[in-house]
Amino acid sequence: MSQAMAPTVRRQNVRQNHLQKKLYIWGGLALLLILAAFFSDYLCPYDPYVQDMSMTKAAPSAEHLLGTDRYGRDMLSRVIAGSKTSIYATLLLVSFITIFGSLVGIICAWTGKWLDTVLMRLSDMFLAFPGLVFALAVAAVLGGGVHNAIFALAAISWPKYARLARSQTLAQQAAVYMQAARMAGSSNFKLIRKHVIPNIAGPILVTAMLDIGTMMMELAGLSFLGLGAKPPVPEWGSMMSDTRNLLPTQPWVTLAPGFAIFISVMIFNLLGDTVRDYLDPKNRR
Amino acid sequence: MDKLLQVAHLKKVFPQKDRPDIVAVDDVSFSLQPGEKLAIIGESGSGKTTVARLIARLTDATEGKIILAGEDITRAGGAQLKKAYAKMQMVFQNPVDSFDPRCTLGDGISESLINHGRSRAQATAITQKLLAMCELGEEFARRYPHEVSGGQCQRAAIARALAIEPQLLILDEATSALDVTVQAEIISLLNRLQQERQMAYLFICHDIALVQDFCDRVLVMQAGRVVEAGTAEEVINNPRQAYTRTLLDSVL
Repeated sequence: MSQAMAPTVRRQNVRQNHLQKKLYIWGGLALLLILAAFFSDYLCPYDPYVQDMSMTKAAPSAEHLLGTDRYGRDMLSRVIAGSKTSIYATLLLVSFITIFGSLVGIICAWTGKWLDTVLMRLSDMFLAFPGLVFALAVAAVLGGGVHNAIFALAAISWPKYARLARSQTLAQQAAVYMQAARMAGSSNFKLIRKHVIPNIAGPILVTAMLDIGTMMMELAGLSFLGLGAKPPVPEWGSMMSDTRNLLPTQPWVTLAPGFAIFISVMIFNLLGDTVRDYLDPKNRR
Repeated sequence: MDKLLQVAHLKKVFPQKDRPDIVAVDDVSFSLQPGEKLAIIGESGSGKTTVARLIARLTDATEGKIILAGEDITRAGGAQLKKAYAKMQMVFQNPVDSFDPRCTLGDGISESLINHGRSRAQATAITQKLLAMCELGEEFARRYPHEVSGGQCQRAAIARALAIEPQLLILDEATSALDVTVQAEIISLLNRLQQERQMAYLFICHDIALVQDFCDRVLVMQAGRVVEAGTAEEVINNPRQAYTRTLLDSVL
């Protein structure tokens, strides 16, 4: 019996260790990105706003690793400075929709009755619109700017979390331990804080992690269309938009922010995938 | 002696769409003295678990009255229900499911103590005593429900139910999910605790042999109604109803 068990246990151990390693790698890289964004002011080799008309559209060189744009601004500095806007806007957006959506979902499931109906129909309404088109409309009405772009995307994205949190909370409410906790005299607030939130956090966290990549793309998309960050504030989407007609002649100017988006989205998506696998009980010993 | 629990004309209807409503419990009345052990037996679907859930106020009664220690708790909520739970606790059928998978057994046991005004340190000390009383080592306080066996988890569940020293313990098929030897251990534990604390037990069960050994009185339920009631001796040795006889024959 024990001989037959041994390989399975070993396989599980290997898988668990492998997952842990992946978690450290992608988590480390994501942390690095966030830190880079935080300390971007110190990391830029040049001032990202200073124009140098003698150096416009310069090809990558030892002096300017990613070349310069049409105003002679150093592209590497602009990409690094752009990370601040892009990454912070994305994290702010994802944290807001995660917390707000989940709270709405928990409240709906817990109170039920008319409040549940009203809030869920409201979320249906938001879900019925084609997402990005609605965000475009909201951003257009509010005018450009990073904050309005965040608000527009938040308006279309919270219902997903509300639905997820609601269904998870309903499942928790039916659990036997919830009845036991109720009989232990716990208040509604304590039941939610101590039993509901810890038990529903896993799937919500995974959704949020996977959404970081999507939201980063959508924010960049809004900026690309001129409804996000306003020039000269460096932001990856608007940088690509500003320079897109240089793509055939000076491709580095467009490709640099493009690659920055690509790499960041990939890192956050892979981190999300790994967190999902890590939290999956089937991968647990 | 004053009655601890009085149940009068209890009825529970589950409304259905497009078909007749399900009457799970219909006109059930009985009472329980302090320190008494009452069993409710019956086949699956006879409504015995629903009766337990109604009394524990985990679901609302359609009609009838539930009076616990002189207080009507049929529609109790909030603070009044919390007070009622200090007098009445329940042990569930599946012990592992009755503990939050993300909390240790110790957290689960001390939850009611903290909710009823004990400090964390006091609660921890009482939890240790309760675990010892239920023949579990102190290391069990730090274990998670999936890390212990079914029998150990049920002991912890009993320890949790005893924490705030209730006068009534509802045991909903509390031994059904356990194997026979563990069942016997749990029953002897319950017997010992009953002698020490003079609690009343409401024992929901379908194991007739267990009921005969363990309980003073028996209610037999069929299709939501009480069809026979009497002392365990009377009902088991001299059943008046054909249904009770079938029930006894199918077991013995």
